[in-house]
Amino acid sequence: MTDQREMEESQHHVVSPLIYIIVGSSLLVLTGVTVWASFQEWGNFNAVAALAIAVVKAMIVVLFFMHVKYSSKLTKLTVFCGLFTFLTLVGMTLADYISRAWGSW
Amino acid sequence: MSDSTVVAHAAPEHGHEEHPAYLRHHFENTAQQADAAGFAMWLFLLTEVMFFGGLFTAYLIYRNWYYPAFVEASHQLNVVWGTLNTAVLITSSFTMAMGVWCAEMRKQSGLVLCLILTFILGLGFLGIKTVEYKEKIEKHHVPGFHYSLKSFVDPQSDPEIYKEYHDKPLALDMARHTEVYFSLYFVMTGMHALHMIIGIAILGFMIFRARAGAYTAGHVTFVENFGLYWHFVDIVWIFLFPLLYLISRHQ
Repeated sequence: MTDQREMEESQHHVVSPLIYIIVGSSLLVLTGVTVWASFQEWGNFNAVAALAIAVVKAMIVVLFFMHVKYSSKLTKLTVFCGLFTFLTLVGMTLADYISRAWGSW
Repeated sequence: MSDSTVVAHAAPEHGHEEHPAYLRHHFENTAQQADAAGFAMWLFLLTEVMFFGGLFTAYLIYRNWYYPAFVEASHQLNVVWGTLNTAVLITSSFTMAMGVWCAEMRKQSGLVLCLILTFILGLGFLGIKTVEYKEKIEKHHVPGFHYSLKSFVDPQSDPEIYKEYHDKPLALDMARHTEVYFSLYFVMTGMHALHMIIGIAILGFMIFRARAGAYTAGHVTFVENFGLYWHFVDIVWIFLFPLLYLISRHQ
């Protein structure tokens, strides 16, 4: 039983071209949206919107073009751990810059 | 003594099963071999994430420090070229994904076509980037190589350039800090372009191999892992584009 499940999991999943077409065109649409959004007057939210759209686009690419959605648990765990480590390092660096008493020495 | 006997007896049972020629002997089966290669590719991509991540962090911190100068400097970039390049790169990612599909479906001519399209779109991206770099060189906006503060403080000092771009003059301290922006701009887009050049070189190699039928006989690992690399380079640009071109466009 376990063997069978493992076999099924390691069975190679082929993503259909239809999904690639949907993903490709939604990426192009999101590119248009991010350009449009950058010309709006949203104050601080311009940066938030730009980054949010970029993160959504990157996630779509990772999940579908890079097949992570259909990959083994090992691949999923690897990608997740990598991103977690990356965000931790960036977060700690930024925390250092934010929390220093700039200008008082 | 007894151990070596066991090994000697066990080997023939395992060693001479029928298997595809591309299966290396230290792997149990082709699925395990493909999994191992994919895992290794992801580990490599994670080192790349850390590499570009450092540059993005530097950009973030300097942008906070010299915010007005970064806004002014980012207005020097051409959104039309940037958007066009993003579209070109996303389309090349799409053709690459279709290439992986063709390899898996064993469609040789489809694979060759997809690889050639990806190759051409990759060159198109670099072509547009060259146009943009050329403008920066003409305007003396390349730190450490071809940089003049005067071009920011007094854009009218070069009448030909001024006629074309009509840049407004900047205060001296702000003009000096635009140098930080352009340093980061050239390092980040330059490293990205280097990855594109390496990718295009590998694509050229793959087109020849694909024409010989190398990837359409069941062994798709190389195409698949190159696809991962190409999509990763696409993701880097997906973040570079809004951060460098768009983020302060409304001001």
